[in-house]
Amino acid sequence: MNRPGKLHLPGWAPLIVLLAVAGMIALVVLPLAMVFVQALGNGVGGLLAPFREPDTWSAIRLTLIVAGISVPLNAIFGLAAAWAVTRFDFAGKSLLMALIDLPFSISPVISGLVWVLLFGAQGFFGAALDAMGIKVIFTVTGLVLATVLITLPFVARELIPLMQEQGAEEEAAAMTLGASGWSTFFRVTLPNVKWALLYGVLLCNARAMGEFGAVSVVSGHIRGLTNTLPLHVEILYNEYDFVGAFAVATLLAGLGLLTLVAKSLLEWRFSGELAATRRH
Amino acid sequence: MTLIVDSVAKAFGRFPALGGVSLEAREGEFLALLGPSGSGKTTLLRILAGLETPDTGAVSFNGEDLLRLSARERRIGMVFQHYALFRHMTVAKNIAFGLSVRPRATRPSKDQVAARVADLLRLVQLEELGDRYPAQLSGGQRQRVALARALAIEPRMLLLDEPFGALDAKVRRELRRWLRKVHDETGVTTIFVTHDQEEALDLADRVAILKDGALVQIGAPQAVYDAPADAFVFDFLGGAVRLPGRVEGGRLTLGDWTSKAPTDAPLGDVQVFFRQDQASLRGPDGEGFNALVTGLVQRGPAVRIDLEGLGQSIELLLPPGEVPDQAAPGRILRVAPKAVTLFGGR
Repeated sequence: MNRPGKLHLPGWAPLIVLLAVAGMIALVVLPLAMVFVQALGNGVGGLLAPFREPDTWSAIRLTLIVAGISVPLNAIFGLAAAWAVTRFDFAGKSLLMALIDLPFSISPVISGLVWVLLFGAQGFFGAALDAMGIKVIFTVTGLVLATVLITLPFVARELIPLMQEQGAEEEAAAMTLGASGWSTFFRVTLPNVKWALLYGVLLCNARAMGEFGAVSVVSGHIRGLTNTLPLHVEILYNEYDFVGAFAVATLLAGLGLLTLVAKSLLEWRFSGELAATRRH
Repeated sequence: MTLIVDSVAKAFGRFPALGGVSLEAREGEFLALLGPSGSGKTTLLRILAGLETPDTGAVSFNGEDLLRLSARERRIGMVFQHYALFRHMTVAKNIAFGLSVRPRATRPSKDQVAARVADLLRLVQLEELGDRYPAQLSGGQRQRVALARALAIEPRMLLLDEPFGALDAKVRRELRRWLRKVHDETGVTTIFVTHDQEEALDLADRVAILKDGALVQIGAPQAVYDAPADAFVFDFLGGAVRLPGRVEGGRLTLGDWTSKAPTDAPLGDVQVFFRQDQASLRGPDGEGFNALVTGLVQRGPAVRIDLEGLGQSIELLLPPGEVPDQAAPGRILRVAPKAVTLFGGR
C-alpha cells in the first residue's frame, strides 16, 4: 500500500495542530473524564449503588437484547444492499443509495416518530394491529424497529466503497471455475470484505447500544420493561440521582470506549491484510 | 471440437456492442480477436464465458448449445486482464479453487488436488511461490497464476481477455511466447482478445479482426497481413502508409508520378496503402513521387525517414543499405512504393 509522503510542517502549522488537540481535549476528553469523576463522587460504593437496583439490570438486559437483534439484522441488510448496489445496475439504484443514507441526515426523533405514526394507537396501522392484539409502540418490538432504522447505514456504508473498489471480477472468475452462488459468496465475496464488515458491525453496535432519541419516542419509559441504558441514565438524572446517573453513564461510555479499542486493535493487528484486501 | 458463433448480437442499453458476429474456432486452435477498444471483442469473449447473455444469436461447442449452460456449467477457463486472483488466498489455494468447489461426488481427494496444483505450478514455472499471496507477486507472475487456475479445471476452451495488457513490453513479449508454448503442450482451444496487432500476428493461428461490433476479416496472420480486407484492417495491422491517388486507364497517379496500376484496381479516386518498409527511396532523377526529407533517425536495425509528400507526412522504415546517400533533412527525394494495395474512395 502506498502512503503519500508526509509534508514538512510550515512554521504556523504546529499552532493549528495545537488548536485541534486543545479542541479535542475541551470537547471530548474533559466531558468524558467528568462522567467518570462524577460517578465516583460518592466513592466506589456510590458507583456500584445503581447496580443493586433491578431496574438497572433490566435496562442492561434490554439494551443487549435490542442491540443483539438489530445489529445482526443490519449486518445482513448492509451486505445485501452493498452487494446489490455494487454488482448490479437497476432502476431505482440511486434512490436506494439515498435511502441508505437517510437515517444519517434526519433527526433521530423523526426516526422514532415514524413508527408511532405507523403503529401507534392513533397511527396508520394502529387500529388493525390493535384488533389483532399486536402492540409495537411501548414494547421491545418498537425499540428494535427504531434502532434498526437509526443504525441502517453503518454496515452498508462501510462495505459499499470497498466492494466498489474491488469490483466483480473475482466473483466472475469464481463462477467460470465452477463455483455456485453460495460458494462464491462464502469463499470469495465474504472473505474479501470481512474486516470492513466487522468494522461496520462494531460501529453499528456502539450506536445501537447508545441510541437515545428514536428509542425515547417509542419506549414510553416503562421502568423495568422498556427502559434501555441511555433512557435509564436520563430517568436517574431527572430524579436528581446524579451519582447514579453518572455511574450508569460510565457503563455506557465504557461500552463505547471498548468498541473503539476493539476497532483500533483490529486495525493494528490486521493492517497488512486490510491493505491486501483493498488493493491487489 | 469446434466452437461455432452464429450471428451473436448484444447491446448495452442503447449502445450496440456486437452487431451479429459469426465465426468458428477449430479444435486446438489459437484464435486471436483483434480490434480497437469498443470493437466488441471483450463482450464476445464474456458471452463465450457465460458472463454476458447475447440478445440474439447462437453459440455451440461441439454441437452442444453453450447458451443453455451457466458460466459454472460450461467448464471454460477464463483469464482476466487484471488477473482477478482471489486476493485472500495463497497461490496454491487460487489454483486449487476450481477443484475444491466441485460437488463432493466429483471432487478429487486432497492429495490429488495437491498433486495437480504442483503440476500446474511447474507448468507456469512458479514452483517456489505456492505459499505466497497475489499481492506479493509481480504482474507477470500473477497472470501466470491466473492461467494455472484456469487450466486446473481442465477447460474445454481457454479464453484470455487482454492477458498482457497491464504488463510492460519486455515481460509481455516473454509471456506471449511462453503462452504459445503452454498452448502447444496442452492443446486446448484458446481464444485470446487483444488490441495489439503485433501480439495477435505473433501468437495466433488465425486472427479475427473486429470493428464496431462486426467481424471485418478472419484468417491466418500472414494472409490477413498480406491481403487486408479493407482500409481499416490495413491501417490497424500497423506500419501502414496511406496516400491519396487516382486510377485511370490502367495507370495509378501519385502526385506527379504515374505507374502501372494493379490489374484489379478500383477506378477513380483511391486510397493507396503500402507498408513502411515496402518503398524505395531514390535520388531526384529516379522513379517515384517527390517528397521532402524532414528527419532521419537510426532506430534499431532500421532507419526511420520522415518525409513530406503529397501534402502529408510520411514515415518510412528502411534497412540502412536501402537509404540513398543523398537522404538528409531538407533534400527532396523520390518515393516509389513497391507493393501497393488500393481501396476505392478517398
